[in-house]
Formats: sequence, C-alpha cells, structure tokens
Amino acid sequence: MSEPLFTPDEQTKFDAGIAELLSHYPSDRKSAAMLPALRLLQTMKGWLVPEGMKQVAEKLETTVESAYEVASFYEMYHTTKPGTYVIDVCTNLSCALRGAEGLLKYLEEKLKTKAGTNGEKYFLRETECLASCGTAPCLQVNEDHHESLTRAKIDALLEKLS
Amino acid sequence: MSVLTEKVMTRDWARPGQNTIKVYRQHGGYEQLKKALTLDPAKITDEVKRSNLRGRGGAGFPTGMKWGFVPPKDKNPKPRYLAVNADESEPGTAKDRFILENDPHLLLEGIGIACYALGAHACYIYARGEFKYPSSVLDRAIAEAYADGIFGKKLMGKDFALDVYQVRGAGAYICGEETALLESLEGKKGWPRLKPPFPAVVGLFGAPTVVNNVETIASLPRIFEKGAEWFAELGASKSGGTRLVTLSGTVNRPGTYEVAMNTSLKELIYDDAYGQGLPPGRSVKAVIPGGSSAPVLTAAEIDVKLEIDAFKPLQSMAGSGGVVVIDDSTCIVRSLWRVARFYAEESCGQCTPCREGQPWMARIIRKIEEGRGKPEDIDMLLEVARAIAPWPPIGLGTTICALGDAGALPVQAFVTKFRSEFEEHVKLKRCPHGDHPWGHFGEFK
Repeated sequence: MSEPLFTPDEQTKFDAGIAELLSHYPSDRKSAAMLPALRLLQTMKGWLVPEGMKQVAEKLETTVESAYEVASFYEMYHTTKPGTYVIDVCTNLSCALRGAEGLLKYLEEKLKTKAGTNGEKYFLRETECLASCGTAPCLQVNEDHHESLTRAKIDALLEKLS
Repeated sequence: MSVLTEKVMTRDWARPGQNTIKVYRQHGGYEQLKKALTLDPAKITDEVKRSNLRGRGGAGFPTGMKWGFVPPKDKNPKPRYLAVNADESEPGTAKDRFILENDPHLLLEGIGIACYALGAHACYIYARGEFKYPSSVLDRAIAEAYADGIFGKKLMGKDFALDVYQVRGAGAYICGEETALLESLEGKKGWPRLKPPFPAVVGLFGAPTVVNNVETIASLPRIFEKGAEWFAELGASKSGGTRLVTLSGTVNRPGTYEVAMNTSLKELIYDDAYGQGLPPGRSVKAVIPGGSSAPVLTAAEIDVKLEIDAFKPLQSMAGSGGVVVIDDSTCIVRSLWRVARFYAEESCGQCTPCREGQPWMARIIRKIEEGRGKPEDIDMLLEVARAIAPWPPIGLGTTICALGDAGALPVQAFVTKFRSEFEEHVKLKRCPHGDHPWGHFGEFK
C-alpha cells in the first residue's frame, strides 16, 4: 500500500476546493474547472503528483489522459517534482535591454547551475515577458515577483533563500 | 507639445486605499453602475458606440460594434458571457496589471455595466498565471463586491443576477488570443479556434460571448460618469479616451504612462513627463510601438501620434501599447533574436507554418548573430517569414490565429529596415558589437 496522497484534513480541503470550483461552471461542464483544479493540486502538493491527477480527473468527470494533455501544455504546471525554489528569469527584449542576459549568467554562477536544469534546491529557468517591462530586469521565485534587479538585490534575495 | 490634460484611467491610482471597496465607494465608486442599471441595455451599447471606445488589447476594434454582434435573445436563447482578457503577455506590455493592482473596482464596475448591457449573468476574468499579486488584489476586490451587495443574485439590488469569477492561466501566451482564451476557460489546452463563427455568436460553452481587455472594460465607468461625447472628444480621430502605454528599453525613465491619443511617440520618449529621452551621447535606432509583434519603426518614423489608426500608414500598429526603445549602441540582430525566440517558444503547435517556421527563423537569426550566417540566409529568413504572413501586412496569414503574423511581421520589418546590419554580421563573421550587444543599459550591475 503506497502512502495516501493527502492527510484526512488535506483531503477535506482539497474536496471542498474542487467543489467550490465546480460551482463556477455549468453543471454539464465539469471539465472546465481543469486549470484551477490543477493549480489547487499544485499549490497543495508542490507539483502535479500522479495520484492527485487521478483525483482531479475523477472529480471533473474526465480522463487522466485529458488532465495530462492540459497540464503538459502550460508552462507553469510541474508534471515532475521541481526544486524547492523555481526561479524564472525574464530574458525577453525589454529585460535584455536592461541587463537580463547578465542577470541570468550571474545567477548561473552564484547557484552553480545552468538555466533549464532542475536541481533539488533550485530550478533556474529562462521565461518570457512577465509584464515588468518598465521595471526591468525581473524574475519570479515561486511566482513571487522581483523587479528593477541589481547584483546587490540578487545577493540579498539569494541570502534569504539559502 | 501634446501632453495629457486630464487623467482618465490613472486618475485615482495615487489615492491611498483606492484598491479597497471602502475608499472606492467613498469617492463615488459604483455610482455609474447604479446609473447604468436605470437605462435600457440597448442604450448602454449606443453610449459605448458613441464614445469611440476601442479595444485596448491590441486589435483596436470598436467595442460597441463588437457588442452589437451578439445576436438578440429571440434568435439565440443561450446564455451570454463576458470574458475579460487579463492575460497580459505581449512582450513590452505592462499596463493591465496596474489596473488590477491599483483600481480593481474600476474594472469590476465596468464588468457590471457591460454584463447588464449584454444580458450576461456570468463573467470570467482570465488573468495570466504569473500575476500572483495582481490576482490576489482582484480576488479580494471580487469578495468585497459580493459582500457589499454589488454582485450575486441581484446586481446592486436590481433583479439581474451576476456572478464574477477570476480564472488564472498557467503560462501560455497564446491564451491571450480570444478563442484560445475561451478554450482555456473551458479547461482545455489553448488552441485557437477557426473564425468565423466569432465568439459573439459561438463563444464560451458554445454561447454568445464578448471578450474584452481589462483597460477597455475599466474605461466604461468613466464614459458613464462624464458622457460618451466627452470621452470621444478627449481622444483623436476615431479613438476615444486616453491610452495606457508601457515605455521600456533604452530610455532614462521607463514606466507605464497614461497619454493623450494625440501625444506622439517622439514626445513619449523625450518629454519630461514621460521617458525623458536617452542617456547622453545615445540616440534612437529603432522603436517597437505596440508590443513586440508590432513591426519596428526607424528613428525617422517616430514622429507619429499614439492614436490607434496612426500607425497604419507606417505598416505597424498601436497594438497593446508596449513601446520598446532600442538605442544606437544595441545590436539589431540580437534584439530580433529575442523577439523571434519568444514566438518560437509560444507557438501553440496547431498550424505547421507557425510551429515549424517560428523556430526556423529564430535559428537563422541566431546563426547570423553568432557569425555563422551565409549571405543567402537573409533572404531565406524573409522567405520563411513570408510563408507565414505576407509583407507588407495585408491581414491574416497562413495560420488559424494571428500568432503566426505576430512572429513573422517583426522579422520582415527588422530585416527590411535594418538589412545592412544583418549583412555586416555575415561579412564580418561576428557580431559587430562583440560581447556587448545590449547597448547603454545592457550590462547587469
């Protein structure tokens, strides 16, 4: 017997969360709740654990395959376990004009990793425009936004993470 | 100089607590919705038409006309939906997030007005997944509006039910395209639909749906506060109101600004109220005027009004208001590579010209940038781009949605207008800018 996905309390919370989401859609359109349901699962477990995907599919009256078809299309869903800190660095034009390529390199050196490599602690990625074009360069750590970045700001940020 | 005389969208942003319902209502918030609810819904659509309000998401389509495409209830008895596009992802664009952060109730009041006019009893706000903070502010505002008796079984006490939900995306640029957005709202991957039928006829769950941008909907309370004529006159030509633009790149004061429609691109870059020009010794080489899919302009082309139709003679567009300034010390090939790489990454994969062509273009540009390009690569680049969308832009290209064009048109504009820089890379077999392709502010310090 493998470990259960949720503790009883977590299961209650998850069930209530899904029920709330389903109430936002027509009753014959349960699978419409797929994106928020995946987000709920990921928020609770850190990633889209297979056992949780089964539960999502069941509750939304669709197949596990359909759930994965959606999950794998969107960048922000983790179908494998990510490092503790997912760091998304914008390297698009507006940020690149304000030093984003140097920012990425600085992070690669400091974290001793390569962009795109998922490590146990850090998952450093290049990402696309994060709507901080007037406050470039920017990045997100586990979806928290940091902008107008400098070396000093990165040093302070990484200090907090370690 | 044509600087802004009267703030519209940003008027109350500086007021402490503006993003709470208490402060919002203390200063007349939701009074315009209350007023609209006394009108005949058809009259509201007429007002919006007369205001010359045009979509702020990129296409600039007249909002009232879009609403007018929704069939009457006796012809189509299905429910109606409003979908608000808050999937702000076009590179260079950062404006809708500030409406969500600073004045979310202005958007919610606009939603009430629009839904009543359209006969829609449900509204979904589709916010991009990366908007953690803006979405948290909006969630709180929605909860406040329910608690205050604005939304729910009775819209501000009127016998008209309205539910408003926020749905968060999960990192896919394509979901800003209105039919991909609808697919995503239906819980699917964001593959655009063939049009026609248009969403106004067959939209969310097969029912008539209007998809409008955040800034568009947030303009509605102002139109009802001061009148459609006032809004139309404030604008220029056939574009009512003011605009939010995001200025980024090599300027002294990047940021998000509200501008008059007859402010020029040049004024935006140089005026003290906005960009304050470039650093000493630097000059403009190129400007992207409306998000990275808008064909680039040369320094000689920037004396143009920011009004929505003004960019057409330049074969570009006002788009989503993302203005990116590229200075004379920046490599144009490297700049285009960043743009091309984006569309290659974000192609949804449904149509072959876009799925194959965008990465192909990005690879050729990278090859030229790294000094491995051959003379014939430059024409090859144009050939691939033309197979996706023709130049000059004459409308939709060979793909289901406009993402194909969005990637192909910038390539053609950059190569056509700055061809000598591409040739120089090929001739020198290296980037002329060496290790410093990113210009004045390009070093990370």
